[in-house]
Amino acid sequence: MQIFHRSTNTISRATIYGAVFVVAALFWAAANIQRSPYVTYAGVARPQPVPFSHQHHVAGLGIDCRYCHTSVETSSFAGIPPTKTCMNCHSQIWTNAALLEPVRESYRSGKSLVWTRVNDLPDFVYFNHSIHINKGVGCNTCHGPVDRMPLMYNYASLQMEWCLDCHRAPDKYLRPRDQVFNMRYEPPASDKPVRLDGKDYTDQLALGADLIQKYKVRNPMDITTCSTCHR
Amino acid sequence: MDEQTKSVTSSKQAPVIEPGYTFATVTDKISAIVLQRPTSNGWFVGFGIGFLLTMMMLFAIGYLFVRGTGIWGVTIPIGWGFAIVNFVWWIGIGHAGTLISAILLLLRQSWRNSINRFAEAMTLFAVSCAGIFPLIHVGRPWLAYWLFPYPNTMGVWPQFRSPLVWDVFAVSTYFTISLLFWFIGLIPDLATLRDRSDNRWAKIIYGILAMGWRGSARHWHRYETAYLLLAGLATPLVLSVHTVVSFDFAVGIVPGWHTTIFPPYFVAGAIYSGFAMVLMLAIPIRKLYGLEDFITERHLENSAKVMLATGLIVAYGYVIEAFMGWYSGNRYDAFTLWNRLHGPYAFFYYMLLACNIVIPQVLWSKKLRTSPVWLFFISGVVLVGMWLERFIIVVVSLQRDFLNSSWGMYYPTRWDWMTYIGTIGMFLAAIFLFVRILPMISIFEMRTLLPEAEVKE
Repeated sequence: MQIFHRSTNTISRATIYGAVFVVAALFWAAANIQRSPYVTYAGVARPQPVPFSHQHHVAGLGIDCRYCHTSVETSSFAGIPPTKTCMNCHSQIWTNAALLEPVRESYRSGKSLVWTRVNDLPDFVYFNHSIHINKGVGCNTCHGPVDRMPLMYNYASLQMEWCLDCHRAPDKYLRPRDQVFNMRYEPPASDKPVRLDGKDYTDQLALGADLIQKYKVRNPMDITTCSTCHR
Repeated sequence: MDEQTKSVTSSKQAPVIEPGYTFATVTDKISAIVLQRPTSNGWFVGFGIGFLLTMMMLFAIGYLFVRGTGIWGVTIPIGWGFAIVNFVWWIGIGHAGTLISAILLLLRQSWRNSINRFAEAMTLFAVSCAGIFPLIHVGRPWLAYWLFPYPNTMGVWPQFRSPLVWDVFAVSTYFTISLLFWFIGLIPDLATLRDRSDNRWAKIIYGILAMGWRGSARHWHRYETAYLLLAGLATPLVLSVHTVVSFDFAVGIVPGWHTTIFPPYFVAGAIYSGFAMVLMLAIPIRKLYGLEDFITERHLENSAKVMLATGLIVAYGYVIEAFMGWYSGNRYDAFTLWNRLHGPYAFFYYMLLACNIVIPQVLWSKKLRTSPVWLFFISGVVLVGMWLERFIIVVVSLQRDFLNSSWGMYYPTRWDWMTYIGTIGMFLAAIFLFVRILPMISIFEMRTLLPEAEVKE
C-alpha cells in the first residue's frame, strides 16, 4: 500500500533545496534587523521634556557646541548644560513661551531637567570625549548633522563594529583640530582642498596620515586592544 | 569482500554471526525488536531512571543559570573543574563509534557490521553530553554563539589563535559528520521498518525518515558512494577531534599540560574509553535482547584487544610524562610529577594507574577476554580510570603551578555531581529510546555477512 502521494517526491525535493535559501534568508534577516534602527534607534528622535532643537540653536543662531557642552575638550563627558545656561537667553527672550515652562520651572525649583540620553553607550564601554576632540575627530563624524536635527537622534548605530571602523583606520576620518566643531566641514576633495600647515590636501587619506603623525595618534594595534575601551 | 567473508567465517575464532541464519531471519530478528516485541517493564524502569537523572541535570543547570558558576566547585586557581573533565571524558567515549564505523569500514573489517549502528548512536549521545559542559561552563551560555565566526555587530572574530575556538570547530564538525553518517547508514533499515510496520503513524514517520528509499540499484549505488565519502571524512576526525581537545591543554604553559605527547595519548585514551563504553552497552544489550548470535564472542574479544592496545599506548603516555618530569630538568615539571605522586590528590593518581594500567592487563588472558562478565567489569574500571585521568590532568595540574601563593584545592559541589550524573542519565535515556525505536544492529549490513551473500563467479 502506498502511504505517500506521488507529489511527496517533488515536495521533499523542493523543501530540501529550499531549506538552503530559507536558512540563508533567516541569517540575512537577523543580520539586518540587528543593524536596523529597530535595534539601534539610529535616526529615531526620542521624546524629551522640552522639544529642544539643535537645528535652531546651532544652524539658526550659530551657537558653538561648547557653549552648552562645556567639558567636551577636557573631560570624558561632554556635559549637559544646567538650566542656568538655558536661562542666559531665555530670561530675556521667549520668556512666556509655553513650551519653555519646564525650563522656567526647573530654574525656579532648582530641580534639573531630566533629559533622555540619546547617544548612550553601554556602561561596560569606557569612552572619553576629550581624547577624540584633541586628536581631530569632528563632532559630526560621530553625531552626524546635529545642526540639521530639529529633535535629537543618534546618527550612528553605536555598535562596536562602528567604533572599530574608525579605530582600525583613523586616517579615514581625522580632520584638523580647528575644524572639529565646524558642522559644515567637508573632507578634502580635488575642487575643495583642506589646508593644514600651509599645505593643501585634496585626499582624505593623505591628510589623515599626516594628522596621525601630527597629533601622535597611536597605531591601530594599540587603539583596538580590548582594554582600550573595556577597562 | 568475498575473501573477507570467507576468512571471517572460516577462521578459528568465534564467528561474526552464528550459523543458521538467512536473509529473512536476520531481518525478522532485528526488526522485530522494534516492531513486534512488547515494551518490557525493564525498559520502562531503565528509561525512567535515565529520564529522572536527566531531569536532575536540567534542574542543576537551571539553578546554574539563575545563580552562575559560583555554585560549582571551580575557583582560582582551578577554573576548569568538572565541566572540562566531563567534557573530555564524554568526547573521548564518542571516539570508539567513529573508529568502528569509519576506520574499520575503510579497513574492510566486516565484523564491525554488528556493532557499528549502536556504536555510532553512542557517539552521538556521548558528544551531545559532552557539548553541554563547555556550553554551561562559559558562564553566560546565552552568548555561546559568540564562539562561532559570523559577521557580528561587534566587528570582531573569535580569537582564532585560541585552541578553545578550534575545539568549537572540531566538536561541531564531529557531531555533524557523525549525525549524517549515522542517518545515512540508517536509511535502508528505516525503509525496512516502514515496509514491515503495521502502525500507520509508524509507517509515516519511518517513511519520511527513509526518504523514499526503494532499494533500487541506483539507490544502492548512491548510498555506497555517500557512505564511503562520509567514512573518508569521518576517519581523520577520529584522530583530529581529540587532538584538538588535547591542544586545549598542550598549548597552555601549565606544567602537566605543556607537552607534545598529549595529542596521540589523548586519541588513544579516547578510543580506550570508547571501546570500554561500547562493551558496557553491548554486553547487557546482547543478553537482554537475545542478540548473542549477532554480537558474538568475536566482537567482545576484538573490542577487548583494541582496549588492550590503546591502554598500552596510554600507559606509554604516563611513562613518558613521568620520564619527562625528570629528564626535562624543569623543576616545575618535576614538581608536578612529585605532586601527583605525593600531593593531596595522590590517591586518585594511584587509582588511575590501577584502573587504566594494572587491572586491564588481565585482558591478555583469552579466557577473561571472552567472558562477558569480566569484560563488563573491566570496562567499568577503564571508564572510571579514564575519568580519573582527565581529573588528574585538569585539576592536579592547575592546583599547584609556578607560584605557591596561588596554590589551592578543588572540591566539587553537589551541583557538579548532579550535572555529571545527570549527563550519564541523559545518555542512558537516549540509548533506551534508541534501542526501542530504531534497529540497533544494521540489518542490511548484517545480511552481507551471511554465507548467502557470497557471490559465486
